[in-house]
Amino acid sequence: MNHPPTRRLLWSFALMAAVSLGLYITFAAVHYSWNWSSVWGYRSQFIWGWFTTLGISLGAMVVSIMVGFALMIGRRSTCMPLHLLSTGIVEVLRGSPLLVQLLLGYYIVATALHVGDPLVVGTVLLGCFEGAYLAEIFRGAVESIGASQREAARAVGFDTAQTYRYVIIPQAVRRALPGTTGQMVSLIKDSSLLSVIGIEELVQKVRIMNSSSYTALEGYLPLAVAYLVVTIPLSWYARKLERRFAYET
Amino acid sequence: MKLETRRVTKRYGDFLALDGASFQTGKDARVVALLGPSGGGKSTLLRVLGGLLLPESGEVVVNDQPLPQEPNEALKTLRKNGFVFQGYNLFPHLSALQNIVLPLCVVHGFSEPEAKERALELLKRLGLEEHFHKRPAELSGGQQQRAAIARALAPKPDLLLLDEPTSALDPVMTGEVLDVIRELAEGGQQIVLATHEISFARKVADWVVFLAKGRVEESCAAEQFFEQPNSALAREYLDGLSRYR
Repeated sequence: MNHPPTRRLLWSFALMAAVSLGLYITFAAVHYSWNWSSVWGYRSQFIWGWFTTLGISLGAMVVSIMVGFALMIGRRSTCMPLHLLSTGIVEVLRGSPLLVQLLLGYYIVATALHVGDPLVVGTVLLGCFEGAYLAEIFRGAVESIGASQREAARAVGFDTAQTYRYVIIPQAVRRALPGTTGQMVSLIKDSSLLSVIGIEELVQKVRIMNSSSYTALEGYLPLAVAYLVVTIPLSWYARKLERRFAYET
Repeated sequence: MKLETRRVTKRYGDFLALDGASFQTGKDARVVALLGPSGGGKSTLLRVLGGLLLPESGEVVVNDQPLPQEPNEALKTLRKNGFVFQGYNLFPHLSALQNIVLPLCVVHGFSEPEAKERALELLKRLGLEEHFHKRPAELSGGQQQRAAIARALAPKPDLLLLDEPTSALDPVMTGEVLDVIRELAEGGQQIVLATHEISFARKVADWVVFLAKGRVEESCAAEQFFEQPNSALAREYLDGLSRYR
Protein backbone atom coordinates (compact mmCIF):
# COMPACT_ATOMS: atom_id res chain seq x y z
CA MET A 1 0.00 0.00 0.00
CA ASN A 2 2.75 2.47 0.91
CA HIS A 3 4.94 2.71 -2.15
CA PRO A 4 7.66 5.39 -2.37
CA PRO A 5 6.10 8.55 -3.91
CA THR A 6 8.57 8.98 -6.77
CA ARG A 7 8.09 5.42 -7.99
CA ARG A 8 4.35 5.85 -7.72
CA LEU A 9 4.48 9.05 -9.77
CA LEU A 10 6.70 7.47 -12.44
CA TRP A 11 4.34 4.52 -12.80
CA SER A 12 1.31 6.81 -12.99
CA PHE A 13 2.88 8.77 -15.86
CA ALA A 14 3.96 5.63 -17.65
CA LEU A 15 0.48 4.12 -17.45
CA MET A 16 -1.21 7.35 -18.55
CA ALA A 17 1.15 7.63 -21.51
CA ALA A 18 0.42 4.02 -22.50
CA VAL A 19 -3.35 4.52 -22.29
CA SER A 20 -3.15 7.79 -24.27
CA LEU A 21 -1.11 6.08 -26.97
CA GLY A 22 -3.66 3.25 -27.14
CA LEU A 23 -6.52 5.74 -27.47
CA TYR A 24 -4.66 7.71 -30.14
CA ILE A 25 -4.05 4.56 -32.21
CA THR A 26 -7.71 3.55 -31.87
CA PHE A 27 -9.01 6.95 -32.98
CA ALA A 28 -6.49 7.12 -35.84
CA ALA A 29 -7.70 3.71 -37.07
CA VAL A 30 -11.32 4.89 -37.51
CA HIS A 31 -10.37 8.21 -39.20
CA TYR A 32 -12.72 10.29 -37.07
CA SER A 33 -12.74 13.88 -38.29
CA TRP A 34 -12.81 16.25 -35.35
CA ASN A 35 -14.86 19.40 -35.47
CA TRP A 36 -14.09 21.25 -32.24
CA SER A 37 -14.92 24.71 -33.57
CA SER A 38 -18.63 23.98 -33.95
CA VAL A 39 -19.05 22.94 -30.27
CA TRP A 40 -16.98 25.82 -28.86
CA GLY A 41 -19.96 28.13 -29.19
CA TYR A 42 -21.91 26.01 -26.70
CA ARG A 43 -19.36 26.30 -23.90
CA SER A 44 -21.53 28.47 -21.63
CA GLN A 45 -24.39 25.94 -21.96
CA PHE A 46 -21.96 23.18 -21.10
CA ILE A 47 -20.71 24.99 -17.99
CA TRP A 48 -24.28 25.78 -16.94
CA GLY A 49 -25.15 22.08 -17.28
CA TRP A 50 -22.10 21.15 -15.22
CA PHE A 51 -23.17 23.44 -12.37
CA THR A 52 -26.71 22.03 -12.54
CA THR A 53 -25.34 18.48 -12.23
CA LEU A 54 -23.11 19.58 -9.35
CA GLY A 55 -25.98 21.30 -7.53
CA ILE A 56 -28.37 18.37 -7.93
CA SER A 57 -25.68 15.94 -6.82
CA LEU A 58 -24.79 17.90 -3.69
CA GLY A 59 -28.44 18.24 -2.74
CA ALA A 60 -29.15 14.57 -3.42
CA MET A 61 -26.10 13.53 -1.35
CA VAL A 62 -27.48 15.33 1.69
CA VAL A 63 -30.93 13.80 1.10
CA SER A 64 -29.48 10.32 0.52
CA ILE A 65 -27.46 10.34 3.75
CA MET A 66 -30.52 11.39 5.76
CA VAL A 67 -32.76 8.84 4.00
CA GLY A 68 -30.11 6.12 4.35
CA PHE A 69 -29.70 6.79 8.05
CA ALA A 70 -33.46 6.81 8.67
CA LEU A 71 -33.98 3.57 6.71
CA MET A 72 -31.07 1.91 8.53
CA ILE A 73 -32.65 2.80 11.91
CA GLY A 74 -36.01 1.51 10.62
CA ARG A 75 -34.48 -1.73 9.35
CA ARG A 76 -32.89 -2.34 12.75
CA SER A 77 -36.00 -1.41 14.69
CA THR A 78 -37.67 -4.03 16.88
CA CYS A 79 -41.06 -2.42 16.11
CA MET A 80 -42.39 -4.78 13.44
CA PRO A 81 -44.44 -2.37 11.26
CA LEU A 82 -41.50 0.07 11.13
CA HIS A 83 -39.08 -2.74 10.31
CA LEU A 84 -41.32 -4.11 7.55
CA LEU A 85 -41.98 -0.65 6.09
CA SER A 86 -38.28 0.22 5.95
CA THR A 87 -37.37 -3.16 4.46
CA GLY A 88 -40.10 -2.75 1.83
CA ILE A 89 -38.93 0.76 0.91
CA VAL A 90 -35.31 -0.39 0.59
CA GLU A 91 -36.26 -3.34 -1.61
CA VAL A 92 -38.55 -1.33 -3.89
CA LEU A 93 -36.12 1.58 -4.28
CA ARG A 94 -33.13 -0.67 -4.94
CA GLY A 95 -34.99 -3.20 -7.04
CA SER A 96 -36.77 -0.94 -9.52
CA PRO A 97 -35.24 1.26 -12.24
CA LEU A 98 -34.46 4.87 -11.29
CA LEU A 99 -36.04 5.86 -14.61
CA VAL A 100 -39.43 4.51 -13.52
CA GLN A 101 -39.10 6.08 -10.07
CA LEU A 102 -38.36 9.47 -11.64
CA LEU A 103 -41.31 9.28 -14.08
CA LEU A 104 -43.81 8.06 -11.47
CA GLY A 105 -42.41 10.35 -8.77
CA TYR A 106 -42.51 13.46 -10.91
CA TYR A 107 -45.60 13.02 -13.08
CA ILE A 108 -47.81 11.27 -10.51
CA VAL A 109 -46.67 11.78 -6.90
CA ALA A 110 -45.28 15.31 -7.21
CA THR A 111 -48.24 16.40 -9.34
CA ALA A 112 -50.65 15.02 -6.76
CA LEU A 113 -48.77 16.90 -4.03
CA HIS A 114 -48.71 20.08 -6.19
CA VAL A 115 -44.92 20.29 -6.24
CA GLY A 116 -43.97 21.64 -9.64
CA ASP A 117 -40.24 22.34 -9.54
CA PRO A 118 -38.47 19.46 -11.36
CA LEU A 119 -35.14 20.39 -9.75
CA VAL A 120 -36.51 19.90 -6.24
CA VAL A 121 -38.44 16.73 -7.13
CA GLY A 122 -35.51 15.26 -9.06
CA THR A 123 -33.05 15.97 -6.25
CA VAL A 124 -35.31 14.35 -3.65
CA LEU A 125 -36.06 11.30 -5.85
CA LEU A 126 -32.39 10.75 -6.65
CA GLY A 127 -31.57 11.15 -2.95
CA CYS A 128 -34.16 8.53 -1.98
CA PHE A 129 -32.90 6.06 -4.60
CA GLU A 130 -29.27 6.32 -3.46
CA GLY A 131 -30.39 6.47 0.19
CA ALA A 132 -31.78 2.94 -0.10
CA TYR A 133 -28.31 1.67 -1.06
CA LEU A 134 -26.71 3.72 1.71
CA ALA A 135 -29.15 2.25 4.25
CA GLU A 136 -27.68 -1.19 3.59
CA ILE A 137 -24.08 0.09 3.66
CA PHE A 138 -24.78 1.81 6.99
CA ARG A 139 -26.58 -1.26 8.36
CA GLY A 140 -23.64 -3.49 7.49
CA ALA A 141 -21.25 -1.08 9.21
CA VAL A 142 -23.38 -0.76 12.37
CA GLU A 143 -23.93 -4.50 12.64
CA SER A 144 -20.21 -5.17 12.26
CA ILE A 145 -19.58 -3.46 15.62
CA GLY A 146 -19.40 -6.48 17.89
CA ALA A 147 -21.53 -7.47 20.86
CA SER A 148 -18.57 -6.92 23.20
CA GLN A 149 -18.51 -3.21 22.31
CA ARG A 150 -22.24 -2.92 22.99
CA GLU A 151 -21.78 -4.71 26.30
CA ALA A 152 -18.85 -2.46 27.24
CA ALA A 153 -20.98 0.59 26.44
CA ARG A 154 -23.78 -0.71 28.63
CA ALA A 155 -21.27 -1.57 31.37
CA VAL A 156 -19.97 2.00 31.59
CA GLY A 157 -23.59 3.11 31.95
CA PHE A 158 -24.53 4.36 28.47
CA ASP A 159 -28.20 4.11 27.49
CA THR A 160 -29.13 3.06 23.94
CA ALA A 161 -28.91 6.55 22.41
CA GLN A 162 -25.56 7.23 24.09
CA THR A 163 -24.25 3.85 22.94
CA TYR A 164 -25.05 4.75 19.32
CA ARG A 165 -23.72 8.26 19.60
CA TYR A 166 -20.44 7.62 21.39
CA VAL A 167 -19.55 4.02 20.58
CA ILE A 168 -21.28 2.54 17.53
CA ILE A 169 -21.58 5.42 15.07
CA PRO A 170 -17.98 6.71 15.42
CA GLN A 171 -16.70 3.19 14.69
CA ALA A 172 -19.30 2.46 12.00
CA VAL A 173 -18.51 5.68 10.07
CA ARG A 174 -15.02 4.43 9.33
CA ARG A 175 -16.32 1.08 8.07
CA ALA A 176 -19.03 2.70 5.97
CA LEU A 177 -16.73 5.24 4.29
CA PRO A 178 -15.42 3.22 1.30
CA GLY A 179 -18.89 1.97 0.35
CA THR A 180 -20.41 5.40 0.81
CA THR A 181 -17.82 7.01 -1.47
CA GLY A 182 -18.64 4.52 -4.23
CA GLN A 183 -22.32 5.28 -3.81
CA MET A 184 -21.68 9.04 -4.05
CA VAL A 185 -19.77 8.56 -7.30
CA SER A 186 -22.72 6.52 -8.62
CA LEU A 187 -25.08 9.26 -7.51
CA ILE A 188 -23.25 11.89 -9.52
CA LYS A 189 -23.42 9.74 -12.63
CA ASP A 190 -27.04 8.68 -12.02
CA SER A 191 -28.04 12.36 -11.95
CA SER A 192 -27.83 12.23 -15.77
CA LEU A 193 -31.17 10.38 -15.78
CA LEU A 194 -32.90 13.47 -14.44
CA SER A 195 -33.17 14.71 -18.03
CA VAL A 196 -36.30 12.51 -18.37
CA ILE A 197 -38.22 14.93 -16.17
CA GLY A 198 -37.01 17.92 -18.15
CA ILE A 199 -33.95 18.97 -16.17
CA GLU A 200 -31.21 20.29 -18.42
CA GLU A 201 -28.25 18.89 -16.56
CA LEU A 202 -24.87 18.20 -18.12
CA VAL A 203 -25.75 15.13 -20.23
CA GLN A 204 -28.90 16.75 -21.60
CA LYS A 205 -26.95 19.90 -22.49
CA VAL A 206 -24.41 17.78 -24.38
CA ARG A 207 -27.18 15.94 -26.24
CA ILE A 208 -28.71 19.26 -27.29
CA MET A 209 -25.29 20.52 -28.32
CA ASN A 210 -24.51 17.38 -30.34
CA SER A 211 -27.80 17.41 -32.22
CA SER A 212 -27.64 21.10 -33.09
CA SER A 213 -23.98 21.12 -34.13
CA TYR A 214 -24.01 17.69 -35.87
CA THR A 215 -21.18 16.37 -33.70
CA ALA A 216 -20.83 13.34 -31.40
CA LEU A 217 -17.53 12.77 -29.62
CA GLU A 218 -16.75 16.50 -29.39
CA GLY A 219 -19.49 16.64 -26.79
CA TYR A 220 -19.06 13.28 -25.09
CA LEU A 221 -15.31 13.43 -24.44
CA PRO A 222 -15.53 16.75 -22.54
CA LEU A 223 -18.59 15.24 -20.78
CA ALA A 224 -16.51 12.35 -19.45
CA VAL A 225 -13.80 14.79 -18.35
CA ALA A 226 -16.38 17.02 -16.64
CA TYR A 227 -17.60 14.07 -14.55
CA LEU A 228 -14.07 12.89 -13.71
CA VAL A 229 -13.18 16.41 -12.53
CA VAL A 230 -15.75 15.88 -9.76
CA THR A 231 -15.54 12.15 -9.05
CA ILE A 232 -11.75 11.80 -8.80
CA PRO A 233 -11.34 14.57 -6.17
CA LEU A 234 -14.28 13.03 -4.32
CA SER A 235 -12.55 9.65 -4.16
CA TRP A 236 -9.30 11.34 -3.16
CA TYR A 237 -11.02 13.26 -0.38
CA ALA A 238 -12.72 10.06 0.84
CA ARG A 239 -9.37 8.29 1.08
CA LYS A 240 -8.05 11.23 3.10
CA LEU A 241 -11.05 10.92 5.44
CA GLU A 242 -10.47 7.18 5.77
CA ARG A 243 -6.90 7.84 6.86
CA ARG A 244 -8.11 10.38 9.40
CA PHE A 245 -10.54 7.86 10.90
CA ALA A 246 -8.03 5.01 10.74
CA TYR A 247 -7.11 3.20 13.92
CA GLU A 248 -6.05 -0.35 14.60
CA THR A 249 -8.67 -2.66 16.04
CA MET B 1 -21.39 -6.22 51.37
CA LYS B 2 -23.90 -9.00 51.28
CA LEU B 3 -24.78 -10.70 48.00
CA GLU B 4 -27.68 -13.04 47.48
CA THR B 5 -29.50 -14.68 44.59
CA ARG B 6 -32.74 -16.68 44.80
CA ARG B 7 -33.44 -19.28 42.11
CA VAL B 8 -31.99 -17.14 39.30
CA THR B 9 -32.31 -18.47 35.74
CA LYS B 10 -30.83 -17.01 32.59
CA ARG B 11 -30.94 -18.50 29.09
CA TYR B 12 -29.04 -17.78 25.88
CA GLY B 13 -31.33 -19.29 23.27
CA ASP B 14 -31.58 -22.95 24.23
CA PHE B 15 -28.58 -22.84 26.57
CA LEU B 16 -29.44 -22.58 30.23
CA ALA B 17 -26.56 -20.52 31.64
CA LEU B 18 -28.01 -20.16 35.13
CA ASP B 19 -30.37 -22.90 36.27
CA GLY B 20 -32.01 -21.74 39.48
CA ALA B 21 -28.79 -20.45 41.04
CA SER B 22 -29.18 -19.56 44.72
CA PHE B 23 -26.57 -18.48 47.25
CA GLN B 24 -25.98 -16.04 50.04
CA THR B 25 -22.69 -14.59 51.21
CA GLY B 26 -21.85 -13.61 54.75
CA LYS B 27 -22.76 -10.08 55.90
CA ASP B 28 -19.40 -8.43 55.41
CA ALA B 29 -17.86 -10.19 52.42
CA ARG B 30 -15.41 -7.80 50.72
CA VAL B 31 -13.92 -9.89 47.93
CA VAL B 32 -16.20 -12.59 46.53
CA ALA B 33 -14.61 -15.07 44.11
CA LEU B 34 -16.79 -16.91 41.60
CA LEU B 35 -15.04 -20.19 40.80
CA GLY B 36 -15.88 -23.23 38.74
CA PRO B 37 -15.34 -24.95 35.40
CA SER B 38 -15.74 -23.05 32.09
CA GLY B 39 -19.34 -22.84 30.93
CA GLY B 40 -20.53 -23.25 34.52
CA GLY B 41 -22.19 -19.83 34.71
CA LYS B 42 -19.53 -17.66 36.41
CA SER B 43 -19.59 -14.87 33.84
CA THR B 44 -23.38 -14.86 33.65
CA LEU B 45 -23.75 -14.74 37.43
CA LEU B 46 -21.24 -11.88 37.59
CA ARG B 47 -23.26 -9.89 35.03
CA VAL B 48 -26.51 -10.61 36.83
CA LEU B 49 -25.03 -9.51 40.19
CA GLY B 50 -23.83 -6.24 38.65
CA GLY B 51 -27.13 -5.51 36.90
CA LEU B 52 -25.62 -5.85 33.42
CA LEU B 53 -27.92 -8.78 32.57
CA LEU B 54 -31.49 -9.13 33.74
CA PRO B 55 -32.41 -12.69 34.75
CA GLU B 56 -35.52 -14.36 33.31
CA SER B 57 -36.66 -15.36 36.76
CA GLY B 58 -35.44 -15.24 40.33
CA GLU B 59 -34.24 -12.43 42.52
CA VAL B 60 -30.90 -10.72 43.08
CA VAL B 61 -30.38 -9.00 46.43
CA VAL B 62 -27.40 -6.75 47.17
CA ASN B 63 -27.04 -5.51 50.75
CA ASP B 64 -30.65 -6.55 51.43
CA GLN B 65 -31.91 -4.41 48.51
CA PRO B 66 -33.48 -6.35 45.60
CA LEU B 67 -32.09 -5.28 42.18
CA PRO B 68 -34.76 -3.69 39.98
CA GLN B 69 -35.95 -5.72 36.98
CA GLU B 70 -37.20 -2.74 34.98
CA PRO B 71 -34.51 -1.82 32.37
CA ASN B 72 -34.31 1.92 33.17
CA GLU B 73 -34.12 1.32 36.90
CA ALA B 74 -31.59 -1.46 36.30
CA LEU B 75 -29.42 1.02 34.36
CA LYS B 76 -29.36 3.32 37.41
CA THR B 77 -28.12 0.45 39.60
CA LEU B 78 -25.66 -0.63 36.94
CA ARG B 79 -24.14 2.87 36.91
CA LYS B 80 -23.05 2.42 40.53
CA ASN B 81 -20.92 -0.58 39.53
CA GLY B 82 -17.71 -0.96 37.54
CA PHE B 83 -17.03 -3.81 35.11
CA VAL B 84 -13.82 -5.29 33.74
CA PHE B 85 -13.96 -7.99 31.06
CA GLN B 86 -11.72 -10.76 29.85
CA GLY B 87 -11.25 -9.10 26.44
CA TYR B 88 -10.63 -5.58 27.97
CA ASN B 89 -13.41 -4.12 25.77
CA LEU B 90 -11.92 -0.64 25.63
CA PHE B 91 -13.37 1.59 22.91
CA PRO B 92 -10.81 1.25 20.08
CA HIS B 93 -11.49 4.67 18.53
CA LEU B 94 -10.65 6.51 21.75
CA SER B 95 -7.36 7.03 23.62
CA ALA B 96 -6.86 5.49 27.06
CA LEU B 97 -7.64 8.89 28.60
CA GLN B 98 -10.80 9.42 26.51
CA ASN B 99 -11.99 5.91 27.39
CA ILE B 100 -12.11 7.02 31.03
CA VAL B 101 -13.18 10.65 30.53
CA LEU B 102 -16.15 10.00 28.22
CA PRO B 103 -18.31 7.92 30.62
CA LEU B 104 -17.44 10.26 33.50
CA CYS B 105 -18.74 13.26 31.52
CA VAL B 106 -21.68 11.61 29.78
CA VAL B 107 -22.98 9.30 32.51
CA HIS B 108 -21.74 10.74 35.80
CA GLY B 109 -22.01 14.47 35.10
CA PHE B 110 -18.34 15.36 35.59
CA SER B 111 -17.05 18.50 33.89
CA GLU B 112 -14.31 17.86 31.32
CA PRO B 113 -11.44 19.19 33.53
CA GLU B 114 -12.70 17.25 36.58
CA ALA B 115 -12.97 14.07 34.52
CA LYS B 116 -9.46 14.53 33.08
CA GLU B 117 -8.01 15.11 36.52
CA ARG B 118 -9.68 11.96 37.87
CA ALA B 119 -8.62 9.92 34.82
CA LEU B 120 -4.98 11.05 34.99
CA GLU B 121 -4.87 10.36 38.72
CA LEU B 122 -6.01 6.77 38.09
CA LEU B 123 -3.78 6.22 35.07
CA LYS B 124 -0.85 7.37 37.18
CA ARG B 125 -1.84 5.07 40.04
CA LEU B 126 -2.00 2.13 37.60
CA GLY B 127 1.35 3.00 36.01
CA LEU B 128 -0.04 4.24 32.70
CA GLU B 129 0.67 7.98 32.92
CA GLU B 130 3.02 7.88 29.93
CA HIS B 131 0.47 6.08 27.78
CA PHE B 132 -2.64 8.20 28.38
CA HIS B 133 -2.77 9.47 24.77
CA LYS B 134 -2.47 6.03 23.16
CA ARG B 135 -5.31 4.11 21.58
CA PRO B 136 -5.94 0.56 22.84
CA ALA B 137 -4.20 -1.07 19.85
CA GLU B 138 -0.98 0.75 20.82
CA LEU B 139 -1.02 -0.74 24.34
CA SER B 140 0.04 -4.22 25.49
CA GLY B 141 -2.62 -6.60 26.81
CA GLY B 142 -1.64 -5.88 30.41
CA GLN B 143 -1.72 -2.13 29.82
CA GLN B 144 -5.12 -2.39 28.14
CA GLN B 145 -6.50 -4.33 31.08
CA ARG B 146 -5.10 -1.80 33.54
CA ALA B 147 -6.69 1.00 31.48
CA ALA B 148 -9.98 -0.95 31.60
CA ILE B 149 -9.66 -1.23 35.38
CA ALA B 150 -9.00 2.52 35.56
CA ARG B 151 -12.15 3.13 33.48
CA ALA B 152 -14.20 0.93 35.82
CA LEU B 153 -12.78 2.61 38.96
CA ALA B 154 -13.11 6.19 37.76
CA PRO B 155 -16.67 6.85 39.02
CA LYS B 156 -15.79 5.26 42.42
CA PRO B 157 -18.05 2.22 42.02
CA ASP B 158 -19.73 0.51 44.99
CA LEU B 159 -18.85 -2.83 43.46
CA LEU B 160 -16.02 -3.68 41.07
CA LEU B 161 -16.91 -6.76 39.02
CA LEU B 162 -14.08 -8.48 37.15
CA ASP B 163 -14.82 -11.25 34.66
CA GLU B 164 -11.73 -13.43 34.20
CA PRO B 165 -9.56 -10.31 33.94
CA THR B 166 -6.33 -12.21 33.27
CA SER B 167 -7.48 -15.05 31.02
CA ALA B 168 -6.21 -13.36 27.86
CA LEU B 169 -2.84 -12.36 29.34
CA ASP B 170 0.60 -13.97 29.47
CA PRO B 171 2.08 -14.75 32.93
CA VAL B 172 4.02 -11.47 33.23
CA MET B 173 1.01 -9.34 32.32
CA THR B 174 -1.19 -11.51 34.53
CA GLY B 175 1.11 -10.63 37.41
CA GLU B 176 0.82 -6.88 36.62
CA VAL B 177 -2.96 -7.02 36.64
CA LEU B 178 -3.27 -9.25 39.72
CA ASP B 179 -1.00 -6.83 41.65
CA VAL B 180 -3.43 -4.04 40.83
CA ILE B 181 -6.46 -6.08 41.92
CA ARG B 182 -4.76 -7.11 45.18
CA GLU B 183 -3.94 -3.50 46.00
CA LEU B 184 -7.54 -2.53 45.35
CA ALA B 185 -8.81 -5.33 47.57
CA GLU B 186 -6.41 -4.34 50.34
CA GLY B 187 -7.53 -0.74 49.92
CA GLY B 188 -11.08 -1.76 50.82
CA GLN B 189 -12.69 -1.90 47.35
CA GLN B 190 -15.63 -4.32 47.25
CA ILE B 191 -14.91 -6.82 44.50
CA VAL B 192 -16.64 -9.69 42.73
CA LEU B 193 -14.12 -11.70 40.75
CA ALA B 194 -14.78 -14.56 38.34
CA THR B 195 -11.47 -16.30 37.81
CA HIS B 196 -9.49 -19.49 37.18
CA GLU B 197 -6.52 -18.11 39.15
CA ILE B 198 -7.08 -20.33 42.18
CA SER B 199 -3.97 -19.34 44.11
CA PHE B 200 -4.80 -15.67 43.61
CA ALA B 201 -8.38 -16.19 44.72
CA ARG B 202 -7.03 -17.94 47.79
CA LYS B 203 -4.91 -14.87 48.63
CA VAL B 204 -7.52 -12.14 48.19
CA ALA B 205 -11.03 -13.65 48.47
CA ASP B 206 -12.92 -13.88 51.72
CA TRP B 207 -15.95 -15.63 50.22
CA VAL B 208 -16.19 -18.23 47.44
CA VAL B 209 -19.17 -19.13 45.28
CA PHE B 210 -18.54 -22.34 43.33
CA LEU B 211 -20.67 -22.89 40.21
CA ALA B 212 -21.07 -25.81 37.83
CA LYS B 213 -23.69 -26.36 35.12
CA GLY B 214 -25.53 -23.18 36.01
CA ARG B 215 -26.04 -24.09 39.66
CA VAL B 216 -24.32 -22.93 42.81
CA GLU B 217 -22.68 -26.04 44.23
CA GLU B 218 -21.12 -24.34 47.19
CA SER B 219 -21.07 -20.93 48.83
CA CYS B 220 -18.90 -20.48 51.90
CA ALA B 221 -16.05 -18.55 53.51
CA ALA B 222 -12.91 -18.77 51.36
CA GLU B 223 -10.80 -20.35 54.06
CA GLN B 224 -13.25 -23.18 54.47
CA PHE B 225 -13.64 -23.68 50.71
CA PHE B 226 -9.92 -24.06 50.09
CA GLU B 227 -9.29 -26.20 53.18
CA GLN B 228 -12.28 -28.49 53.02
CA PRO B 229 -14.82 -28.07 50.24
CA ASN B 230 -18.10 -29.85 50.86
CA SER B 231 -19.11 -30.65 47.32
CA ALA B 232 -17.44 -33.46 45.43
CA LEU B 233 -17.39 -31.35 42.24
CA ALA B 234 -15.45 -28.59 44.02
CA ARG B 235 -12.91 -31.07 45.39
CA GLU B 236 -12.43 -32.51 41.91
CA TYR B 237 -12.06 -28.99 40.44
CA LEU B 238 -9.45 -27.93 43.01
CA ASP B 239 -7.51 -31.18 42.58
CA GLY B 240 -7.54 -30.78 38.80
CA LEU B 241 -6.24 -27.21 38.99
CA SER B 242 -3.52 -27.87 41.55
CA ARG B 243 -2.10 -30.89 39.71
CA TYR B 244 0.43 -28.79 37.72
CA ARG B 245 0.90 -25.86 40.08
